[in-house]
Amino acid sequence: MSDLLVLKDLCKWYGAYQALDHVNLEIPRGSIFGLLGPNGAGKTTLIRIINQITHPDSGEVLFDGKPLNRDHIRRIGYLPEERGLYKSMKVGEQALYLSQLKGLSHQEAKRRLEYWFEKFGVSGWWDKKVQELSKGMAQKVQFIVTVLHEPELLIFDEPFSGFDPINANLIKDEILQLRDKGATVIFSTHRMESVEELCDHIALIHQSRKILDGNLNAIKKAHKSNTYEVGLLHDNPQDLKQELDTMFTTREAVFRSLGEELKLRIALENGTGRKELLSLLNSRAEVTYFNEVIPSANDIFIQTVNEQAGGNGQA
Amino acid sequence: MNKPVAMDKLKLIIKREYLAKVRNRSFIVMTILSPLLIVGMIAVVVFLTRMNNDQKKVIGLLDESIYFGNQFITGPELSFVDLEGITLEEARDSVAAMGYYGLLHIPNDTSIEAVSEGIQFYSRNSPSMAVTGMLESRIGKRLREEKLQELGVSQKVVQELASNYEIRTSTFSGERSVKGINELKAAIGGGFGYLIMMFIIIYGAFVMRSVIEEKTSRIIEVIISSVKPFQLMLGKIIGTSLAGITQFVIWIISASVLGVVVFSLMGIHWTELNSGTNIPPETMETINEAAASNEIVEIYLAELLKIPWITLFVSFIIYFVLGYLIYSSIYAAIGAAVDNETDTQQFMFPVIMPLMLAIYVGFFSVFDNPHGPIAVGFSLFPLTSPIVMLMRLPAGVGADGVPWWQLITSVILLMLTFIGIVWLAAKIYRVGILMYGKKPTYRELYKWLKYN
Repeated sequence: MSDLLVLKDLCKWYGAYQALDHVNLEIPRGSIFGLLGPNGAGKTTLIRIINQITHPDSGEVLFDGKPLNRDHIRRIGYLPEERGLYKSMKVGEQALYLSQLKGLSHQEAKRRLEYWFEKFGVSGWWDKKVQELSKGMAQKVQFIVTVLHEPELLIFDEPFSGFDPINANLIKDEILQLRDKGATVIFSTHRMESVEELCDHIALIHQSRKILDGNLNAIKKAHKSNTYEVGLLHDNPQDLKQELDTMFTTREAVFRSLGEELKLRIALENGTGRKELLSLLNSRAEVTYFNEVIPSANDIFIQTVNEQAGGNGQA
Repeated sequence: MNKPVAMDKLKLIIKREYLAKVRNRSFIVMTILSPLLIVGMIAVVVFLTRMNNDQKKVIGLLDESIYFGNQFITGPELSFVDLEGITLEEARDSVAAMGYYGLLHIPNDTSIEAVSEGIQFYSRNSPSMAVTGMLESRIGKRLREEKLQELGVSQKVVQELASNYEIRTSTFSGERSVKGINELKAAIGGGFGYLIMMFIIIYGAFVMRSVIEEKTSRIIEVIISSVKPFQLMLGKIIGTSLAGITQFVIWIISASVLGVVVFSLMGIHWTELNSGTNIPPETMETINEAAASNEIVEIYLAELLKIPWITLFVSFIIYFVLGYLIYSSIYAAIGAAVDNETDTQQFMFPVIMPLMLAIYVGFFSVFDNPHGPIAVGFSLFPLTSPIVMLMRLPAGVGADGVPWWQLITSVILLMLTFIGIVWLAAKIYRVGILMYGKKPTYRELYKWLKYN
């Protein structure tokens, strides 16, 4: 059983509005899974279904091969987009309360909390009220509470919004460590670039439907357009550009460099390899920069949306 | 999820809600301060009233007639100083100079009617009703005596006429009954009903605020990823009501201890406080007069013992628990539907209205006619029955009291309503707690009910 979570044909309606439209997903065990899409696409609804906060109108969720039930709650850790703590409650008491609600015993929760508080350097905050904490400190406490019961599945909705860069990095590292220990992680966000580097699998959600999913590298390979960005030093850049224009489709490229070279984005026709391009360029000018353009998740998203819109338009 | 885990979580929630409430600073301050304030206020009012009454008012009396010789003797509230052989002018000046309360001038004339026509009271400011009333009754009494004598009724007969009379009442079965007992019974039931209303209004609002706090602090979704929204709502309601009961018990104990201490220090007898209660004054008079006679006291005790205390108490618990749960789940749903307290206004009125209606109907209709159609109707209607039925119940259950079928119907209707309302409220709550930035309308709430 390689998939920790399988979503089958999920549909969810809010009155006349359909929030999820026959969504199928498999989330591999031990993966970092990016659930990507713009605001209002249905990501949060999907996550709330996994957390049993709402229930699908049709379809099924399998957790570890079994239909989702209340016992699974303690195996899931969830950091919602709308997150916070009781302001007038003491930090330690609050953390104990929230972890006990997840099913930990009082002693066990206390033991683990002491470990994590030590690790994050917040031990001195145990008896402080949340309203006395800085925002960064409260976020650390929030994170600790999410992972304290050592869940097999961790779900972060808009994980880095509201975190300052230092905390965001700290938490990224912790999440990666948890993954290495065997946890499966779902990141849900509309800021695709913020999690792209972390994810090995992604699913793109758009207008209540899944439009694409799979291994991120595979997806990128499938979507790359055989385009290269090059920097060329030449005595007469205008002539060089005109010559290249006759052979390839080119555009001006923008990247940071120190020289005054000609910057071009060259799209190769099918048939031409990067080796041939590189040797051609080498024979004409001094190559200072050569980089294959890999589409970002954002590019892939826009491309897929456009393709499907075009397809639908013709149908 | 298995049952024990669900129960454990509910207990955790109840404990947290309870502690969060009782540790709250303003809650502690209110708990300590309220009895002090109430007892202090009563003490101040009593103290001021007595000070006012203790001050004997001195009135100068210039009596030039022959009719009122023995009427104006010094009493507990008024004392009279006879002024003789001086003119009205002089009398007015000297009364003003002496700082007396006023001057009563009775001119001389041929008949008592003519004299009374000419009687005049002078004072610095307009005199109090109490003073003029006393003077009027004395003058009136003398006038009546004089007229009776003129009609040939002897002094002795006149004195015999002046006797108090009170009707003796009994039930059809021949038992002695006393006036005012129905009012007293209704007041006891009314006390219970009032208690329920106050409890609902105070602690229902606490539940609502606590829900709003969870929304605004954004912790709600963290929690309901661990427990069902219904568990959270139930735990919150129970925890808050336990805190409320704690506060009420502390209030009652500390207020009574404080009251006994303060009033015994001040030497106030409890009967002096009765003017502040809801028992109609006639009833109190009856009770006070009756106190003279042991027989009547016994009848009162017997009547009070006849109140079905056990039924009343059991009903109080049932109506209290169900009524409070109904209302506080409505409050919880309102809290869930809004983003902040100012948005609650439009929903509050329909909640408070039945409570107010119940209290008004209770005081204006049930006291007079505990088994009339209005009383019956409102004691069956579930949103008012917790208050109105409790006002009717001290009259007893069965043949001469509340018919059994009414009590049972009322409780069943209340239970059905309880299930229905809690179900609806839980649905609104479940959707509402996850909604931000939407100003809810009734239409919107109706839509939420249909969400899965």
